[in-house]
Amino acid sequence: MPTMTKDEIFEKVQETLVDALSVDDDEVTETARLQEDLGAESIDFLDIAFQLEKTFGIKIPQEELFPRQILSNPDYVVDKKLNEAGVAALKAAMPHADLSEFEKDPVIDNIAEVFTVGTIVRYVQAKLGG
Amino acid sequence: MRWIWFDRFEEFDSGKRAVAVKNVTLAEDHLHDHFPGFPIMPASLMIEGMAQTAGILVGEARQFSEKVILAKVKRAAFEALVRPGDQLRYVAEIEQLTDSAATTLGKIELDGAPLGEVDIVFSHIDQNMSGLAFPEENFVFTEEFMNLLRTYRPAGRQKVSL
Repeated sequence: MPTMTKDEIFEKVQETLVDALSVDDDEVTETARLQEDLGAESIDFLDIAFQLEKTFGIKIPQEELFPRQILSNPDYVVDKKLNEAGVAALKAAMPHADLSEFEKDPVIDNIAEVFTVGTIVRYVQAKLGG
Repeated sequence: MRWIWFDRFEEFDSGKRAVAVKNVTLAEDHLHDHFPGFPIMPASLMIEGMAQTAGILVGEARQFSEKVILAKVKRAAFEALVRPGDQLRYVAEIEQLTDSAATTLGKIELDGAPLGEVDIVFSHIDQNMSGLAFPEENFVFTEEFMNLLRTYRPAGRQKVSL
């Protein structure tokens, strides 16, 4: 589906999240955070990734959506915070995420903040080559 | 191992679909409490029955090498009450199966008519550890459990090759 517009992708992502998280569609805005605003739990991410794969016909490797290997790498993490190299690695691994707020105080526990609806839409868009 | 909420497999199409039968009987203690004078099969136990049917289907698809854990009941809907003497059919189909997880779609039938739907997400927990280590032995599909599975017969009385 390489010809989908961003709006079309957003609509389908919205449908997926409404179904997976039992939220109303008006709650699923571009800036809504999956965990804090939409109440997603870790297991919901599995479900969401599955539904996105089916809806868009794409493959979503776990490490691509959530770069766990960076967040657990002792070269990158000092006192539960990402160092400069870590932030750079995270940016490279998650080009679809807006890390501008997170990088001001890159505490690992705050990583959930970067998982917004917009992050997913941009990720899918990149996967579809849009 | 008595926490088994179906009685036998009727169909088993590896990696695709399984159909299990559950006979509801007044010999089951819980029906006398649920409810006194008005015994009906609890919906939660029908979810469990479907989870077992679908979970075994998912486990068998990877030769029971994964620890298959119910991660999420996506949807559960029931349209009628189930009484002692009724026979339920749990029809489970694999929707998606990957290294880390699976989703299944389930229909419950009563006397050939649709009774409910239960859709489930399963996790292969060793692939979703989030830094946690689980025991090496497969505590989901234990030897005792596998022995029990081998006793099941499909309708044709042939042994199910599990």
